[in-house]
Amino acid sequence: MSYLSHADLGGRNLAGPIKAEAEAEGEVFHAPWEPRVLALTLAMGATGSWNIDMSRAARETLPDYAELGYYEIWLRGLVELLKARSLVGEDELAAGSALHRAPAVQRLLLADRVGEVLAAGAPTQRATTAPAAFVVGQRVRARAGHATHHTRLPGYVQGKAGVIERLHGMHVFADANAQGLGEQPEWLYTVVFDGAALWGDAAGAGVAVSVDAWQPYLEADP
Amino acid sequence: MATDAHDPSHDPSHEHEHGHGHGHGHVHGSEHGDEHSELSETELRVRALESVLTQKGYVDPAALDVLIDTYQTRVGPRNGARVVARSWVDPAYREWLRCDATAAIASLGYAGRQGEHMQAVENTPSLHNLVVCTLCSCYPWPVLGLPPTWYKSAPYRSRAVKDPRGVLAEFGVRLPDHIRIRVWDSTAELRYLVIPERPAGTERFDEAALAALVTRDSMIGTGLACAPAAASR
Repeated sequence: MSYLSHADLGGRNLAGPIKAEAEAEGEVFHAPWEPRVLALTLAMGATGSWNIDMSRAARETLPDYAELGYYEIWLRGLVELLKARSLVGEDELAAGSALHRAPAVQRLLLADRVGEVLAAGAPTQRATTAPAAFVVGQRVRARAGHATHHTRLPGYVQGKAGVIERLHGMHVFADANAQGLGEQPEWLYTVVFDGAALWGDAAGAGVAVSVDAWQPYLEADP
Repeated sequence: MATDAHDPSHDPSHEHEHGHGHGHGHVHGSEHGDEHSELSETELRVRALESVLTQKGYVDPAALDVLIDTYQTRVGPRNGARVVARSWVDPAYREWLRCDATAAIASLGYAGRQGEHMQAVENTPSLHNLVVCTLCSCYPWPVLGLPPTWYKSAPYRSRAVKDPRGVLAEFGVRLPDHIRIRVWDSTAELRYLVIPERPAGTERFDEAALAALVTRDSMIGTGLACAPAAASR
Protein backbone atom coordinates (compact mmCIF):
# COMPACT_ATOMS: atom_id res chain seq x y z
CA MET A 1 0.00 0.00 0.00
CA SER A 2 1.39 3.35 -0.86
CA TYR A 3 1.21 6.07 1.73
CA LEU A 4 2.36 9.61 1.16
CA SER A 5 2.48 12.27 3.85
CA HIS A 6 2.68 15.86 2.69
CA ALA A 7 3.23 17.15 6.22
CA ASP A 8 6.85 16.19 6.91
CA LEU A 9 8.28 19.68 6.47
CA GLY A 10 11.30 19.75 8.80
CA GLY A 11 14.45 21.06 7.13
CA ARG A 12 12.85 21.81 3.79
CA ASN A 13 13.76 25.52 3.73
CA LEU A 14 10.36 26.51 2.40
CA ALA A 15 10.36 30.08 1.22
CA GLY A 16 8.30 32.91 2.57
CA PRO A 17 8.19 35.02 5.67
CA ILE A 18 7.13 33.25 8.85
CA LYS A 19 5.03 36.13 10.10
CA ALA A 20 3.27 37.11 6.91
CA GLU A 21 0.75 39.26 8.72
CA ALA A 22 0.21 40.87 12.07
CA GLU A 23 -1.74 38.77 14.54
CA ALA A 24 -2.72 39.81 18.05
CA GLU A 25 -1.92 37.42 20.86
CA GLY A 26 -5.58 36.56 21.45
CA GLU A 27 -6.47 36.28 17.77
CA VAL A 28 -6.83 32.58 17.06
CA PHE A 29 -9.45 32.51 14.31
CA HIS A 30 -9.47 34.45 11.06
CA ALA A 31 -12.85 33.60 9.54
CA PRO A 32 -16.24 32.78 11.10
CA TRP A 33 -16.13 29.21 9.87
CA GLU A 34 -12.78 28.37 11.50
CA PRO A 35 -14.10 28.00 15.06
CA ARG A 36 -16.98 25.89 13.69
CA VAL A 37 -14.46 23.50 12.10
CA LEU A 38 -12.47 23.31 15.33
CA ALA A 39 -15.62 22.53 17.34
CA LEU A 40 -16.96 19.99 14.84
CA THR A 41 -13.60 18.23 14.79
CA LEU A 42 -13.39 18.06 18.58
CA ALA A 43 -17.03 17.01 18.96
CA MET A 44 -16.74 14.27 16.33
CA GLY A 45 -13.42 13.15 17.82
CA ALA A 46 -15.26 12.66 21.10
CA THR A 47 -17.70 10.23 19.49
CA GLY A 48 -14.98 7.58 19.44
CA SER A 49 -15.32 6.98 15.70
CA TRP A 50 -11.55 7.33 15.18
CA ASN A 51 -8.44 8.24 17.17
CA ILE A 52 -6.11 11.24 16.95
CA ASP A 53 -3.51 9.34 14.95
CA MET A 54 -6.12 8.44 12.34
CA SER A 55 -7.03 12.15 12.25
CA ARG A 56 -3.45 13.16 11.62
CA ALA A 57 -3.14 10.51 8.90
CA ALA A 58 -6.29 11.79 7.19
CA ARG A 59 -4.93 15.34 7.17
CA GLU A 60 -1.35 14.70 6.12
CA THR A 61 -2.37 12.58 3.12
CA LEU A 62 -4.61 15.23 1.54
CA PRO A 63 -3.11 15.58 -1.96
CA ASP A 64 -3.32 19.38 -1.93
CA TYR A 65 -2.13 19.73 1.69
CA ALA A 66 0.47 22.35 0.75
CA GLU A 67 -2.13 24.66 -0.75
CA LEU A 68 -4.58 24.50 2.13
CA GLY A 69 -4.86 26.65 5.24
CA TYR A 70 -4.77 25.03 8.66
CA TYR A 71 -8.49 24.83 9.33
CA GLU A 72 -9.14 23.91 5.69
CA ILE A 73 -6.90 20.92 6.35
CA TRP A 74 -8.94 20.12 9.45
CA LEU A 75 -12.20 20.43 7.50
CA ARG A 76 -11.01 18.23 4.66
CA GLY A 77 -9.56 15.66 7.06
CA LEU A 78 -12.80 15.52 9.03
CA VAL A 79 -14.86 14.99 5.86
CA GLU A 80 -12.50 12.19 4.74
CA LEU A 81 -12.87 10.43 8.11
CA LEU A 82 -16.67 10.75 8.03
CA LYS A 83 -16.96 9.51 4.46
CA ALA A 84 -14.63 6.58 5.03
CA ARG A 85 -16.92 5.38 7.83
CA SER A 86 -20.12 6.10 5.86
CA LEU A 87 -21.22 8.52 8.56
CA VAL A 88 -21.74 11.27 5.99
CA GLY A 89 -22.09 11.15 2.20
CA GLU A 90 -21.00 13.68 -0.39
CA ASP A 91 -24.63 13.91 -1.51
CA GLU A 92 -25.59 15.00 1.99
CA LEU A 93 -22.91 17.68 2.05
CA ALA A 94 -24.15 18.91 -1.32
CA ALA A 95 -27.74 18.99 -0.07
CA GLY A 96 -26.85 20.45 3.31
CA SER A 97 -29.06 17.95 5.07
CA ALA A 98 -29.13 14.32 6.16
CA LEU A 99 -30.42 11.98 3.43
CA HIS A 100 -29.44 8.57 4.77
CA ARG A 101 -29.87 6.57 7.93
CA ALA A 102 -27.33 7.63 10.57
CA PRO A 103 -25.13 4.72 11.70
CA ALA A 104 -24.70 4.76 15.46
CA VAL A 105 -21.63 6.35 17.05
CA GLN A 106 -20.27 5.26 20.42
CA ARG A 107 -20.80 8.52 22.31
CA LEU A 108 -22.32 11.96 21.94
CA LEU A 109 -20.49 14.91 23.51
CA LEU A 110 -23.10 16.93 25.38
CA ALA A 111 -22.59 20.57 26.28
CA ASP A 112 -22.55 20.00 30.01
CA ARG A 113 -19.73 17.47 29.71
CA VAL A 114 -17.39 19.49 27.47
CA GLY A 115 -15.38 20.94 30.36
CA GLU A 116 -14.86 17.57 31.94
CA VAL A 117 -13.90 15.88 28.66
CA LEU A 118 -11.38 18.58 27.72
CA ALA A 119 -9.90 18.55 31.23
CA ALA A 120 -9.45 14.79 31.09
CA GLY A 121 -7.83 14.89 27.64
CA ALA A 122 -6.50 11.65 26.25
CA PRO A 123 -3.27 10.69 28.01
CA THR A 124 -1.15 8.29 25.95
CA GLN A 125 1.08 6.84 28.66
CA ARG A 126 0.34 3.20 29.48
CA ALA A 127 1.52 0.75 32.10
CA THR A 128 5.11 -0.41 31.72
CA THR A 129 5.03 -3.97 30.47
CA ALA A 130 8.57 -4.36 29.14
CA PRO A 131 12.02 -3.06 29.98
CA ALA A 132 13.37 -0.15 27.96
CA ALA A 133 15.93 -1.13 25.32
CA PHE A 134 17.92 2.09 25.67
CA VAL A 135 19.32 4.11 28.57
CA VAL A 136 19.98 7.80 29.04
CA GLY A 137 23.21 8.81 27.33
CA GLN A 138 23.19 5.93 24.86
CA ARG A 139 23.94 6.62 21.20
CA VAL A 140 21.18 5.52 18.87
CA ARG A 141 20.42 5.86 15.19
CA ALA A 142 16.99 6.72 13.79
CA ARG A 143 15.89 4.11 11.29
CA ALA A 144 15.66 5.15 7.67
CA GLY A 145 13.21 4.16 4.98
CA HIS A 146 9.89 5.28 3.62
CA ALA A 147 7.04 4.29 5.88
CA THR A 148 4.03 2.71 4.21
CA HIS A 149 1.73 4.16 6.88
CA HIS A 150 1.39 7.16 9.20
CA THR A 151 4.55 7.68 11.24
CA ARG A 152 5.92 10.35 13.56
CA LEU A 153 9.60 9.94 12.74
CA PRO A 154 10.51 13.01 10.69
CA GLY A 155 12.51 12.43 7.54
CA TYR A 156 15.26 14.84 8.58
CA VAL A 157 16.43 12.59 11.43
CA GLN A 158 16.14 9.29 9.58
CA GLY A 159 19.50 7.55 9.36
CA LYS A 160 21.04 10.09 11.75
CA ALA A 161 22.76 9.32 15.05
CA GLY A 162 21.71 10.98 18.28
CA VAL A 163 21.74 10.47 22.04
CA ILE A 164 18.97 9.31 24.35
CA GLU A 165 18.25 12.18 26.71
CA ARG A 166 15.13 11.12 28.57
CA LEU A 167 12.77 8.16 28.93
CA HIS A 168 9.05 8.89 29.08
CA GLY A 169 7.58 5.49 29.83
CA MET A 170 5.49 3.48 27.39
CA HIS A 171 3.06 5.37 25.17
CA VAL A 172 0.42 4.48 22.60
CA PHE A 173 2.38 3.83 19.39
CA ALA A 174 1.10 6.30 16.81
CA ASP A 175 2.04 4.14 13.82
CA ALA A 176 -0.05 1.19 15.03
CA ASN A 177 -2.91 3.29 16.38
CA ALA A 178 -3.26 5.20 13.10
CA GLN A 179 -3.66 1.93 11.20
CA GLY A 180 -6.37 0.62 13.51
CA LEU A 181 -4.01 -2.03 14.89
CA GLY A 182 -4.60 -1.06 18.50
CA GLU A 183 -2.45 0.93 20.87
CA GLN A 184 0.61 -1.38 20.99
CA PRO A 185 2.39 0.82 23.59
CA GLU A 186 6.14 1.28 23.12
CA TRP A 187 8.84 3.07 25.08
CA LEU A 188 9.11 6.74 24.17
CA TYR A 189 12.41 8.63 24.29
CA THR A 190 13.63 12.15 23.75
CA VAL A 191 16.54 11.80 21.34
CA VAL A 192 18.83 14.77 20.80
CA PHE A 193 20.82 15.31 17.62
CA ASP A 194 23.71 17.67 17.11
CA GLY A 195 22.91 20.26 14.46
CA ALA A 196 26.01 19.32 12.45
CA ALA A 197 24.94 15.66 12.41
CA LEU A 198 21.65 16.67 10.81
CA TRP A 199 22.67 19.47 8.52
CA GLY A 200 26.45 19.32 8.14
CA ASP A 201 28.06 22.65 7.48
CA ALA A 202 24.68 24.32 7.04
CA ALA A 203 23.99 23.98 10.75
CA GLY A 204 24.55 27.05 12.82
CA ALA A 205 26.96 26.87 15.74
CA GLY A 206 25.73 25.42 19.00
CA VAL A 207 22.42 24.04 17.73
CA ALA A 208 20.85 20.79 18.90
CA VAL A 209 17.48 19.38 17.85
CA SER A 210 15.44 16.74 19.63
CA VAL A 211 12.53 14.57 18.62
CA ASP A 212 10.36 12.28 20.71
CA ALA A 213 10.78 8.82 19.24
CA TRP A 214 9.15 5.49 19.99
CA GLN A 215 11.51 2.56 20.43
CA PRO A 216 10.80 0.92 17.04
CA TYR A 217 12.12 4.09 15.38
CA LEU A 218 15.57 3.55 16.90
CA GLU A 219 18.47 1.15 16.79
CA ALA A 220 21.63 1.07 18.90
CA ASP A 221 24.53 2.90 17.25
CA PRO A 222 27.65 0.96 18.18
CA MET B 1 20.81 37.79 27.09
CA ALA B 2 21.55 40.39 24.42
CA THR B 3 18.65 40.76 22.03
CA ASP B 4 16.45 43.36 20.52
CA ALA B 5 14.36 44.69 23.34
CA HIS B 6 10.99 44.57 21.69
CA ASP B 7 8.58 41.83 20.87
CA PRO B 8 8.05 42.06 17.11
CA SER B 9 4.49 40.82 17.41
CA HIS B 10 3.68 44.30 18.69
CA ASP B 11 5.80 46.13 16.19
CA PRO B 12 3.53 48.50 14.26
CA SER B 13 5.80 48.29 11.22
CA HIS B 14 4.49 44.78 10.64
CA GLU B 15 0.87 45.77 10.60
CA HIS B 16 0.57 46.68 6.96
CA GLU B 17 2.17 43.58 5.60
CA HIS B 18 -0.37 41.26 4.15
CA GLY B 19 1.05 38.07 2.81
CA HIS B 20 -1.15 35.21 1.77
CA GLY B 21 0.53 32.58 3.84
CA HIS B 22 -0.20 28.99 4.64
CA GLY B 23 -2.79 29.38 7.34
CA HIS B 24 -5.86 31.11 6.08
CA GLY B 25 -6.67 31.16 2.42
CA HIS B 26 -10.02 31.74 0.78
CA VAL B 27 -11.60 33.63 3.63
CA HIS B 28 -11.88 37.09 2.19
CA GLY B 29 -15.43 36.73 0.93
CA SER B 30 -16.69 36.17 4.45
CA GLU B 31 -14.61 38.85 6.12
CA HIS B 32 -16.17 41.94 4.67
CA GLY B 33 -19.35 41.83 6.66
CA ASP B 34 -21.34 42.86 3.60
CA GLU B 35 -24.69 41.10 3.71
CA HIS B 36 -24.79 40.97 -0.09
CA SER B 37 -21.37 39.38 -0.46
CA GLU B 38 -21.42 35.74 -1.30
CA LEU B 39 -20.40 33.27 1.32
CA SER B 40 -17.22 31.49 0.45
CA GLU B 41 -17.33 27.93 -0.77
CA THR B 42 -15.65 26.87 2.45
CA GLU B 43 -18.17 28.70 4.61
CA LEU B 44 -21.02 26.97 2.79
CA ARG B 45 -19.32 23.60 3.10
CA VAL B 46 -18.87 24.04 6.84
CA ARG B 47 -22.50 25.07 7.28
CA ALA B 48 -23.64 22.03 5.33
CA LEU B 49 -21.43 19.73 7.37
CA GLU B 50 -22.66 21.18 10.65
CA SER B 51 -26.29 20.76 9.55
CA VAL B 52 -25.79 17.15 8.52
CA LEU B 53 -23.91 16.20 11.69
CA THR B 54 -26.51 17.90 13.88
CA GLN B 55 -29.44 16.29 12.06
CA LYS B 56 -27.82 12.89 12.41
CA GLY B 57 -27.42 13.41 16.13
CA TYR B 58 -23.62 13.15 16.05
CA VAL B 59 -23.01 16.58 17.56
CA ASP B 60 -24.84 18.63 20.17
CA PRO B 61 -25.06 22.23 18.88
CA ALA B 62 -24.80 23.55 22.43
CA ALA B 63 -21.55 21.58 22.89
CA LEU B 64 -20.12 23.28 19.81
CA ASP B 65 -20.79 26.66 21.38
CA VAL B 66 -19.08 25.63 24.62
CA LEU B 67 -16.06 24.30 22.72
CA ILE B 68 -15.69 27.54 20.79
CA ASP B 69 -16.12 29.72 23.84
CA THR B 70 -13.50 27.67 25.67
CA TYR B 71 -10.76 28.25 23.11
CA GLN B 72 -11.84 31.73 22.03
CA THR B 73 -12.13 33.31 25.44
CA ARG B 74 -11.09 31.04 28.29
CA VAL B 75 -7.91 29.17 27.40
CA GLY B 76 -4.93 31.17 26.22
CA PRO B 77 -1.35 32.22 26.89
CA ARG B 78 -2.22 34.06 30.12
CA ASN B 79 -2.44 30.58 31.64
CA GLY B 80 1.14 29.80 30.73
CA ALA B 81 2.25 33.24 31.87
CA ARG B 82 0.96 32.43 35.35
CA VAL B 83 2.95 29.19 35.35
CA VAL B 84 6.11 31.06 34.35
CA ALA B 85 5.60 33.83 36.91
CA ARG B 86 5.04 31.28 39.67
CA SER B 87 8.24 29.50 38.69
CA TRP B 88 10.13 32.80 38.94
CA VAL B 89 9.01 33.57 42.47
CA ASP B 90 8.74 30.11 43.99
CA PRO B 91 11.84 27.86 43.85
CA ALA B 92 9.90 24.86 45.13
CA TYR B 93 7.36 25.28 42.33
CA ARG B 94 10.18 25.61 39.80
CA GLU B 95 11.66 22.36 41.02
CA TRP B 96 8.25 20.66 40.78
CA LEU B 97 7.94 22.00 37.23
CA ARG B 98 11.32 20.45 36.38
CA CYS B 99 10.41 17.06 37.82
CA ASP B 100 6.73 16.76 36.94
CA ALA B 101 5.52 19.64 34.79
CA THR B 102 2.14 18.00 34.11
CA ALA B 103 1.27 17.93 37.82
CA ALA B 104 2.81 21.31 38.61
CA ILE B 105 0.83 22.96 35.82
CA ALA B 106 -2.36 21.10 36.76
CA SER B 107 -2.02 22.48 40.29
CA LEU B 108 -2.77 25.92 38.82
CA GLY B 109 -5.83 24.53 37.04
CA TYR B 110 -4.44 23.96 33.54
CA ALA B 111 -4.68 20.42 32.27
CA GLY B 112 -6.17 18.17 29.66
CA ARG B 113 -6.44 18.04 25.92
CA GLN B 114 -3.12 18.66 24.11
CA GLY B 115 -1.38 19.12 27.46
CA GLU B 116 -1.69 15.59 28.83
CA HIS B 117 2.09 15.15 29.07
CA MET B 118 3.90 18.41 29.73
CA GLN B 119 7.59 19.22 29.92
CA ALA B 120 8.92 22.62 30.97
CA VAL B 121 12.20 23.67 29.35
CA GLU B 122 14.14 26.50 30.96
CA ASN B 123 16.16 29.15 29.25
CA THR B 124 19.46 30.01 30.95
CA PRO B 125 22.22 32.53 30.23
CA SER B 126 23.83 29.89 27.99
CA LEU B 127 20.84 28.02 26.54
CA HIS B 128 17.78 29.12 24.56
CA ASN B 129 14.88 26.74 23.86
CA LEU B 130 12.62 26.82 20.81
CA VAL B 131 9.54 24.65 20.24
CA VAL B 132 8.14 23.49 16.89
CA CYS B 133 6.04 20.69 15.45
CA THR B 134 7.44 19.90 12.01
CA LEU B 135 4.87 17.15 11.32
CA CYS B 136 1.69 19.08 12.10
CA SER B 137 1.10 21.82 14.66
CA CYS B 138 1.24 20.19 18.09
CA TYR B 139 1.03 22.89 20.75
CA PRO B 140 0.33 22.95 24.51
CA TRP B 141 -3.30 24.08 24.46
CA PRO B 142 -4.04 24.22 28.22
CA VAL B 143 -1.24 26.75 28.82
CA LEU B 144 -1.06 28.61 25.50
CA GLY B 145 -4.47 28.14 23.87
CA LEU B 146 -4.65 27.56 20.13
CA PRO B 147 -1.49 28.17 18.06
CA PRO B 148 -0.90 31.39 16.12
CA THR B 149 -0.92 31.22 12.34
CA TRP B 150 2.85 31.48 12.01
CA TYR B 151 3.40 28.47 14.27
CA LYS B 152 1.32 26.39 11.83
CA SER B 153 2.97 27.86 8.73
CA ALA B 154 5.16 25.84 6.40
CA PRO B 155 8.07 28.33 6.65
CA TYR B 156 8.24 28.04 10.44
CA ARG B 157 7.79 24.27 10.54
CA SER B 158 10.40 23.70 7.85
CA ARG B 159 13.05 26.15 9.01
CA ALA B 160 12.95 26.08 12.80
CA VAL B 161 14.91 22.83 12.99
CA LYS B 162 17.52 23.77 10.39
CA ASP B 163 18.11 27.49 10.89
CA PRO B 164 16.82 28.40 14.34
CA ARG B 165 19.07 31.45 14.61
CA GLY B 166 17.69 32.77 11.33
CA VAL B 167 14.13 32.09 12.46
CA LEU B 168 14.74 33.85 15.77
CA ALA B 169 16.19 36.84 13.94
CA GLU B 170 12.92 37.11 12.01
CA PHE B 171 11.22 37.52 15.37
CA GLY B 172 13.72 40.21 16.36
CA VAL B 173 15.63 37.90 18.68
CA ARG B 174 19.36 37.91 17.92
CA LEU B 175 21.28 35.61 20.20
CA PRO B 176 25.05 35.80 20.54
CA ASP B 177 26.90 32.72 19.31
CA HIS B 178 27.86 31.57 22.80
CA ILE B 179 24.21 30.90 23.61
CA ARG B 180 23.37 27.37 22.55
CA ILE B 181 20.01 26.71 20.95
CA ARG B 182 17.91 23.65 21.60
CA VAL B 183 15.00 23.00 19.26
CA TRP B 184 12.25 20.69 20.53
CA ASP B 185 10.30 19.02 17.71
CA SER B 186 6.98 17.87 19.24
CA THR B 187 6.71 14.56 17.40
CA ALA B 188 4.79 12.55 20.02
CA GLU B 189 2.28 13.55 22.71
CA LEU B 190 4.71 15.48 24.91
CA ARG B 191 4.03 19.19 24.86
CA TYR B 192 6.68 21.75 25.71
CA LEU B 193 6.47 25.04 27.60
CA VAL B 194 9.51 27.29 27.46
CA ILE B 195 10.30 29.05 30.75
CA PRO B 196 11.93 32.29 29.64
CA GLU B 197 14.52 34.01 31.79
CA ARG B 198 13.21 36.47 34.33
CA PRO B 199 13.99 39.98 33.09
CA ALA B 200 16.45 42.09 35.07
CA GLY B 201 15.02 44.85 37.21
CA THR B 202 11.95 42.89 38.33
CA GLU B 203 13.10 41.98 41.84
CA ARG B 204 10.24 43.93 43.44
CA PHE B 205 7.54 42.73 41.03
CA ASP B 206 4.77 40.56 42.39
CA GLU B 207 3.53 37.47 40.58
CA ALA B 208 0.79 39.26 38.63
CA ALA B 209 3.17 42.00 37.46
CA LEU B 210 5.67 39.34 36.40
CA ALA B 211 3.02 37.39 34.47
CA ALA B 212 2.28 40.54 32.47
CA LEU B 213 5.86 40.45 31.15
CA VAL B 214 5.48 36.92 29.78
CA THR B 215 4.47 36.91 26.12
CA ARG B 216 3.08 33.96 24.22
CA ASP B 217 6.12 33.95 21.95
CA SER B 218 8.48 33.83 24.93
CA MET B 219 6.85 30.55 25.97
CA ILE B 220 7.32 29.08 22.47
CA GLY B 221 10.87 30.37 22.32
CA THR B 222 10.47 32.84 19.47
CA GLY B 223 10.57 35.73 21.91
CA LEU B 224 11.86 36.73 25.31
CA ALA B 225 9.98 38.00 28.32
CA CYS B 226 9.46 41.76 28.11
CA ALA B 227 11.73 44.16 29.94
CA PRO B 228 9.81 46.03 32.65
CA ALA B 229 9.93 49.36 30.80
CA ALA B 230 8.39 47.83 27.68
CA ALA B 231 5.49 46.45 29.69
CA SER B 232 4.65 49.76 31.32
CA ARG B 233 4.77 51.60 28.01
